Amino acid sequence: MDGTELAGQILYTWLTLVFGLILLPSAFGVSLGISEIYMKILVKTLEWATLRIETGVAKQSALKNSASVGIIQRDESPMEKGLSGLRGRDFELSDVFYFSKKGLEAIVEDEVTQRFSSEELVSWNLLTRTNVNFQYVSPRLTAVWVLGVIVRYCVLLPLRLTLAFIGISLFVIGTTLVGQLPRNRLKNLLSELVHLTCCRICVRALSGTIHYHNRQYRPQKGGICVANHTSPIDVLILTTDGCYTMVGQVHGGLMGIIQRAMVKACPHVWFERSEMKDRHLVIKRLKEHIAHKKELPILIFPEGTCINNTSVMMFKKGSFEIGGTIHPVAIKYNPQFGDAFWNSSKYNIVSYLLRVMTSWAIVCDVWYMPPMTREEGEDAVQFANRVKSAIAVQGGLTELPWDGGLKRAKVKDAFKEEQQKNYSKMIVGNGSLKSELD
Amino acid sequence: MGSRSSHAARIPDVDSLRRETGFSQASLRRLYDRFQALDRTGKGYLSRLDLQQIRALAVNPLGDRIIDSFFPDGSLRLDFPGFVRVLAHFRPVDEEDEGNRDPKEPEPLNSRMNKLRFAFQLYDLDRDGKISRHEMLQALRLMVGVQVTEEQLESIADRTVQEADEDGDGAVSFLEFAKSLEKMNIEQKMSIRILK
Repeated sequence: MDGTELAGQILYTWLTLVFGLILLPSAFGVSLGISEIYMKILVKTLEWATLRIETGVAKQSALKNSASVGIIQRDESPMEKGLSGLRGRDFELSDVFYFSKKGLEAIVEDEVTQRFSSEELVSWNLLTRTNVNFQYVSPRLTAVWVLGVIVRYCVLLPLRLTLAFIGISLFVIGTTLVGQLPRNRLKNLLSELVHLTCCRICVRALSGTIHYHNRQYRPQKGGICVANHTSPIDVLILTTDGCYTMVGQVHGGLMGIIQRAMVKACPHVWFERSEMKDRHLVIKRLKEHIAHKKELPILIFPEGTCINNTSVMMFKKGSFEIGGTIHPVAIKYNPQFGDAFWNSSKYNIVSYLLRVMTSWAIVCDVWYMPPMTREEGEDAVQFANRVKSAIAVQGGLTELPWDGGLKRAKVKDAFKEEQQKNYSKMIVGNGSLKSELD
Repeated sequence: MGSRSSHAARIPDVDSLRRETGFSQASLRRLYDRFQALDRTGKGYLSRLDLQQIRALAVNPLGDRIIDSFFPDGSLRLDFPGFVRVLAHFRPVDEEDEGNRDPKEPEPLNSRMNKLRFAFQLYDLDRDGKISRHEMLQALRLMVGVQVTEEQLESIADRTVQEADEDGDGAVSFLEFAKSLEKMNIEQKMSIRILK
């Protein structure tokens, strides 16, 4: 009897604490500063750990270079220089060297494949999962690491799971209740309140610290918000600061329940799987949605797949054919505190969420950017590239022309033809060959 | 790739690979990471498809030939030693290698001759030791695509074979190939330096 009573008491106190310290402040958008203190302690600990590793490793060998430098020495000079010739030079047997070297460089390291695995850290952040080349240094460091494991798995994980559970349940219940009301201003207000509160709770469930920059450029009603995609958490991060209309496929299971609940409170655009294949249908529905200019901005991730937050890949032109004002947003996570990238070929959504919940924290920056519209004489592809560059520059990410969705498919021939064209120009170019024939 | 710790101990036969290829322990570790990253489905070996999915390689005009050089004799599986052996051809030449080399030991994989052999077999498809005019044409066609007419291509191929062919058999043997490139800085053009 005493055992169950004790357990009951603990659960009761636990829930009261959670309610008082986290849920209530979330509802009012207020912060008690507990997470700030946690982050400060965390930063100090990681700095100390880095120092220990550096002094430890310096005794053994030189510390490795920054992870952003590639592993091979690259000669990025253009084809002309690589083939050591001027235009119009003739074909040489040695030309094959240039192409074979480039080919083997690609085999050793290519800029795309590495974007689908987690970013390597410069210094270890006391998580086993990011331990690549860091060896055993000292017993004190190991002790801190063990302490970290205990804190993360036994203290933080249960807390975060509780919060997530409460957040999602509240969300489903709240939206269903609000959905009963007729469509009027009150409904919109309440729906916004429910969305924001539950998103804030869910963000606390991940120990998320988000910095919003340039909030004056927040996406307006009737616009389209585009952002780079790293994980499903992106949605959560953006929704904490404002309500959006979601676009996506109808799922089954828990996601399906959440989707159906959301749609009751405010109009999201969910497609059946079969409808998604019909591009024109999708664009038509989205056009109808923004035609009123009174609906919440649509949230779209034009990359179509999750990239590891070091680069931005090709933006699919579909989102840019709808018309309307585009509000770009750049999201950059700080990998030191936790890896937010979802590698869908390696982890399913549940193990991904567990990994996120057992990291230190999710820290990210969100930059809102001035709205952009398609200019005269610009087609959708050029517009998409323009927006992509702007986001890459703002977020400090590299820009890649490749299509992220092709990681399981073959590449377009257009790129190969471009190389062939350049090479042909070189060996045939000035008509030097023609003069030989005459 | 970034979240897996691979220690040298996990690489099979690491010592014999070091001796054979001349790569350092750290380089082998990096290459092993890369091998595992390319092996998306975790089979333990690489297939042609795995290499074809590297975008920068797929758009390389000689991409297919380069992939072929990893799968000699029609084999379908590329294991890590095979992977590293081909890459060893592109290891930069160290001056110390030349001086200390024991003449009785086999030539290191990244010697000038072996680099030239690698380039030669990109041309010589039927592996008969000679680049015929037809093979030259095929290689040229790969590199220029549809941009150049058949006549232009044939005259380029003819000229090249004529310049290099010394014994007049209408084909370029390996020795003739090596001779025509004797002034070229092969060591620099066919070397990839691994930084860490």
